[in-house]
Amino acid sequence: MDIRNELNGQLRIVIVGHVDHGKSTLIGRLLNDTGSLPDGKVEQVHEMSRKRGMPFEWAFVMDALQAERDQGITIDTTQIHFKTEQRPYVIIDAPGHTEFLKNMVTGASQADAALLVIDAAEGALEQSRRHAFLLHLLGVRQVAVAVNKMDRVEFDQYRFEAVSHEIRAYLAELGLHTSTVIPIAARHGDNIVTRSGKAPWYDGPTVVEALDAFRPQQAPTDLPLRFPLQDVYKPDDRRILAGRIESGRLRVGDTLRFSPTGATATVVSIEGWNHSQPIVAAQAGQSIGITLDKRIFAERGHIAHHEEGAPHVTHRLGVRAFWLTSEPLTVGKTYTLKITTGEHRVTVESITAVIDIEDLSSTPAKAVHRNEVAEVVLRSRSPIAVDLASALSRTGRGVLIDGHDVVGGCIVVEVDEGPAASANTTEVSHTVTADERNAANGHKGGVLWLTGLSGAGKSTLAMALERALFDRGWQVFVLDGDNVRNGLNAGLGFSAEDRAENIRRVAETAKLFADAGVLVIASLISPLQADRARARAIGGERFHEVYVAADLATCESRDPKGLYRRARAGEIPEFTGVSAPYEAPESPELTIDTGKVTPVEALGELLDYVDGAFGRNALKRGRV
Amino acid sequence: MTADLDYLESQSIYILREAYNRIDKLALLWSIGKDSNVLLWLCRKAFFGRVPFPVVQLDTAMELQEVYDFRDRIAGEWDLDLRVEQCPPEADMDQTLPPLTRAAARKTEGLKNLLRTGKYQGIMVGIRRDEQATRAKERVFSPRSLEGDWDVKDQPAEFWDHYKTRFEEGTHVRIHPLLHWTELDIWRYSKREGIPIVPLYFAKDGKRYRSLGEKNITFPVDSTAGTIDEIIAELVVTRIPERAGRAMDNEAEDSFERLRSSGYM
Repeated sequence: MDIRNELNGQLRIVIVGHVDHGKSTLIGRLLNDTGSLPDGKVEQVHEMSRKRGMPFEWAFVMDALQAERDQGITIDTTQIHFKTEQRPYVIIDAPGHTEFLKNMVTGASQADAALLVIDAAEGALEQSRRHAFLLHLLGVRQVAVAVNKMDRVEFDQYRFEAVSHEIRAYLAELGLHTSTVIPIAARHGDNIVTRSGKAPWYDGPTVVEALDAFRPQQAPTDLPLRFPLQDVYKPDDRRILAGRIESGRLRVGDTLRFSPTGATATVVSIEGWNHSQPIVAAQAGQSIGITLDKRIFAERGHIAHHEEGAPHVTHRLGVRAFWLTSEPLTVGKTYTLKITTGEHRVTVESITAVIDIEDLSSTPAKAVHRNEVAEVVLRSRSPIAVDLASALSRTGRGVLIDGHDVVGGCIVVEVDEGPAASANTTEVSHTVTADERNAANGHKGGVLWLTGLSGAGKSTLAMALERALFDRGWQVFVLDGDNVRNGLNAGLGFSAEDRAENIRRVAETAKLFADAGVLVIASLISPLQADRARARAIGGERFHEVYVAADLATCESRDPKGLYRRARAGEIPEFTGVSAPYEAPESPELTIDTGKVTPVEALGELLDYVDGAFGRNALKRGRV
Repeated sequence: MTADLDYLESQSIYILREAYNRIDKLALLWSIGKDSNVLLWLCRKAFFGRVPFPVVQLDTAMELQEVYDFRDRIAGEWDLDLRVEQCPPEADMDQTLPPLTRAAARKTEGLKNLLRTGKYQGIMVGIRRDEQATRAKERVFSPRSLEGDWDVKDQPAEFWDHYKTRFEEGTHVRIHPLLHWTELDIWRYSKREGIPIVPLYFAKDGKRYRSLGEKNITFPVDSTAGTIDEIIAELVVTRIPERAGRAMDNEAEDSFERLRSSGYM
């Protein structure tokens, strides 16, 4: 091997597949048969095998950890260099056990191409399929398949073709291109480096030939420019925006736009250190620093691009996610989504489907468990600059972080352009407009005023609604009549005047919450028409009155707090319905008769109404 | 011709900048060997001429004289914020370790002292995957427990250049910006960039140091390579592992793993 070959671009290959299908053995054999093992390694492995009373174990070449050798399993991914006549390689060994999937993902994500190893006798088992699926998600598009342990099936051509057919069909369904399926016996070196005489019916490439046929991944220089900022440095009087170009090219003199802020500026220089000549252009893959003609607000996470071919800016994305941790991903939970260097708090709005690895069928679900793959809709408070993974993979994928840990990964499959932020005519004093808040939350702020007799079911319904909306990622809060009397309105009694003041204060508080973008559920008896009218005046068009109707007899029979009994006994003066009037609303936005429908039906009706009045569709309507 | 070196350089600069942005208190471990010299060089590239964090040498007073001379010269020329941390004596080490491994463990303890007194949250180390099999299992951002241990059986997911940068109070992270480089890459890059090199790497009287360590546990190997070009030519054909002259690596099957699990670089 001469030095020239050494300078050829190296290729990174990940070896994946079900546990015990022989990945590590294949690698050991590959290294040995290409003369890539350092002197003394084979003797070392002999000694390790002997000590454990095992026949020679090729896997020990890769399994560097004592625990791996003792248990005979690969725990973590590792990398090792080797050479063929063609070029240098990095072999990435990925563990096959389900519980080490995060390690498999870690290894496979760094590969240009993959070799999927399948046991001839067992066929494509669960992890074979899961690994294939993840390769697809991780962006590894070139895959060759080695059907291993052919010696155990006497190099039977029909068995090979059955396994080959099955895996080809599966990979094709994933959109992975498989050029090659190779019958091998890794332990004995058949069809690894040299052609085996035991499978005369096979005339395809050996493993090494298949590897040499892979193409190195090219930096995406011909795609639109994406330059996400990593940091801003001020080493002297320069202000250098530093980062790596993920795709496209950039030249001095280019006008750049920064998303999501929309700021624009012109590139004055591309800064370097220890460069003899000024740098005038840079391209995908390069870590660079630039200076601009204007001092714009730009920071880590912002993405620079050209005017043409800009990324999407959105609050809501559909992603295909894989989940790596024991605590499931659930609707309503909030995570940090990190795409290149940008971090965003996102809430899971819905789980559209969990994908069955076995047959690729989809089922809707409430949670995504460890090692599952699912279609998920995420909503962000802050606008996210993002691409579809199919168009620009590097800015169209990200990780989900919970607390200190990366818990999953995802690729962007759908972007909701949604209502863009715009000036609002009624909220002049805030620089953050109501529209922006609505867009960020994915729903309108407002006041849902539940009125009705004590015992009609207002509190129960309010709390159930709060829970349901919260789980869907809404900003929602219940102002309960009884609860506010302990704090905000602690000084007020039950005189007509105090009752009116009680309602006025709750209405004002609810309005503030609504201004902040929250859907407030106010749950108060509020028996008087006049008081409610005043609350409506305060809340304006965002005030929606819900009459929780139930006749007195029903309420009295429920009597959850024992108040009717005490009122009848004369212990509570001026108790609504008993010794004080309740004026039913004349034209409420919604009436729910809890005496006639079940609590579940009542909640359903309420949810439908809230969706229509404050949900996404209401947002869209509000804009046209 | 050197597009692959450009890629390696760019990836390392990306990692260095991530570390500098995400980790509050950083230090770089400088062994003064060929790898950490490249690492320092890359820092100067990443941060436009300066190394914006302390550079620490874990000193056992057992390095060769040429190493100390080189350290003092470069620290001055490159305007480094050099801190020398004296390592505790061998008598204080875990006596169940084999003797040579015990000598190497002094650096682990020196590092623990440094972490305690300096309250560093991130330590940058110039290790590479191709040096040693347990290093091949490393993450770029490798979290350590409160005691400084490396939990090799439960490492974080690390993909698409998203690194673990959030940690519990009191723990720290090792950052490995050269993990993806090979020994050959280091030499080719040193040559291209003209990076200064400790003369011990070049052959004298038929021997040279291929890997530099303390003089009591590191030995020169047979070689006639007197220039970088000759070293590169030697490495292309050799089948002798890089750390063959590092006596502590192979003292027992798992001696290096034990060293690393308890915090060695």
